[in-house]
Amino acid sequence: MGHRLGPAWMRWVALGIAVALAILMLAPFALMVSTAFKPHAYVLEIPPKLIPDPLTLDNFVEAWTSNNFGRYFLNSMIVTIASTIISVTLSAMLGFVFARYEFPGRRLLFGALLFTLMVPGLVLLIPQFVLARNLGLLNSLWGLVIVYAVLNLGLNTFLLRGFFAAMPSEIFDAASVDGAGPWRIFRSVAIPLAGPGVATVTIFSFLAAWDEFTWAIVTISDKDLYTLPVAIRLFQRANGTEWGLVFAASLIAMIPVLILFVTLQRYIVSGTFQGAMKG
Amino acid sequence: MARARRLLPIYGLLLPGMVLYGLWAAYPLISSFILSFSEWNLTKPTVFIGLDNYTRALSDALFWRSLSSTLGYTIVTVAGQLILGLGAALLLNQRIPGRSLLRLIYYLPVITSWVIVSLVFLFIYNGQAGALNWLLKDVLHLIPKNIAWLAEPSTALWAIAILGIWKGIGWTMVVFLAGLQSVPRELYEAAAMDGAGAWARFRYVTIPFLRATSTFLIVVLTIGGFNAFISIFVMSSSATGTIGGPLNSTDVALTYMWKQAFTQIDLGYGAALSFLLAAAIVVVSIVELRLARRQETA
Repeated sequence: MGHRLGPAWMRWVALGIAVALAILMLAPFALMVSTAFKPHAYVLEIPPKLIPDPLTLDNFVEAWTSNNFGRYFLNSMIVTIASTIISVTLSAMLGFVFARYEFPGRRLLFGALLFTLMVPGLVLLIPQFVLARNLGLLNSLWGLVIVYAVLNLGLNTFLLRGFFAAMPSEIFDAASVDGAGPWRIFRSVAIPLAGPGVATVTIFSFLAAWDEFTWAIVTISDKDLYTLPVAIRLFQRANGTEWGLVFAASLIAMIPVLILFVTLQRYIVSGTFQGAMKG
Repeated sequence: MARARRLLPIYGLLLPGMVLYGLWAAYPLISSFILSFSEWNLTKPTVFIGLDNYTRALSDALFWRSLSSTLGYTIVTVAGQLILGLGAALLLNQRIPGRSLLRLIYYLPVITSWVIVSLVFLFIYNGQAGALNWLLKDVLHLIPKNIAWLAEPSTALWAIAILGIWKGIGWTMVVFLAGLQSVPRELYEAAAMDGAGAWARFRYVTIPFLRATSTFLIVVLTIGGFNAFISIFVMSSSATGTIGGPLNSTDVALTYMWKQAFTQIDLGYGAALSFLLAAAIVVVSIVELRLARRQETA
């Protein structure tokens, strides 16, 4: 709702500053979008034109057709969807049990899960690389799926545990009295009530997997198995000055993220709140 | 027997997640820690060398340099994100039109991948015809000639830090907004009735209420600063041909570790560096929390 902080003119000053900041935040995107619609010769023109003249769709067509980006898009989709499903399913099971049951080893296991949240990602990179190599998971989309699923497991479990713990005990007690075991309670009581929590962790897992770069560039060298971040990066390395193509490909890669963001914005914000609460 | 029957399905629910976690997080972590005491390079048999990797790191001038760059990058980006994120949150906490659109715009960099934003800034910082040179030289006349922002040792890391700030403002803002919404409105009204002006209300009502939020943000953003990697990896290698270039000026802890592990294939040394970095992060976080607590009681 916001509160009033002084007279009306102050609100106009606030609006002016807010719009100026918005322009700064948007400028890099504006440059990227307009460059993607420019023919190659006009990419680094001085002064830079915001509205391309002449305007062309060639970059998008070329990025999609001649550079195998369709394939990379599909790889990214497969890896992201598979790892998100695995991560969300397993962390929902973990979060539910940690929230609603007492059992030997509970504190130890939960503590171990949380501990990995504090370890910087790259600490795991070297040993995971060696493990993937020993298991034959280098140059394999499965190697990406497994590591991306693990990547979010700790945080997802932590967030979902919060959701399950906040549910009223009575509904679980009633189900127990009716003779339902943990699996049935999980499926038919807990999950149907956990919609917003599941949506939040799904978005986070999806974004993290879709944008992941470091693990993919370490383990994937087969050109046919690139995901979009790796493909875009290597494409830029190989065609340094073809910025129109690079940004057309980048925009294509951003489409799923933007769709997710615009439609599910409120879950992203509520998830950030959850993150803030953990402090 | 009844107890076992009760516990069995509980452990059953835990099993798949914990097995995955154990194999791909716990086991790698432990094995990596053990192997950080070894010469480990995948081609020769692994040899236990005690603390050699760690003592080598402590006398490795380039490692220290990368740590101090990490610290500089972290201080600049944490301060920038805090100030601008708080500013944005205060603005959007007003009754101004288009608030949800503005919030969406500020948040857009947060959800865009590091690779893509790094390429966009690489383009903006282009040494000849980049948008930044055009703005500063041709429009504002602040610089006499074009600057190769990412190829100059004196500017490269700052240029990358600006990307880090720009990308993180939106997230910092959302967390600050959550903190601002926890301030009871009656407090503002009471302060206004006592004649407190806008600044006094900010100083004596808002700031104290944001203390816990700020502490949380400082700790989390510091960890993020220490983990800076993709932007530096992408921008330095594209602009100068070497990761951490020019002249190691953008080498941070993680790029240095990366090169030791995956370019030199010195995995034992890389692992030792990663644990030293993790230790540094823990120490810095504890210091920050201590300082925050002292602030509170003072």
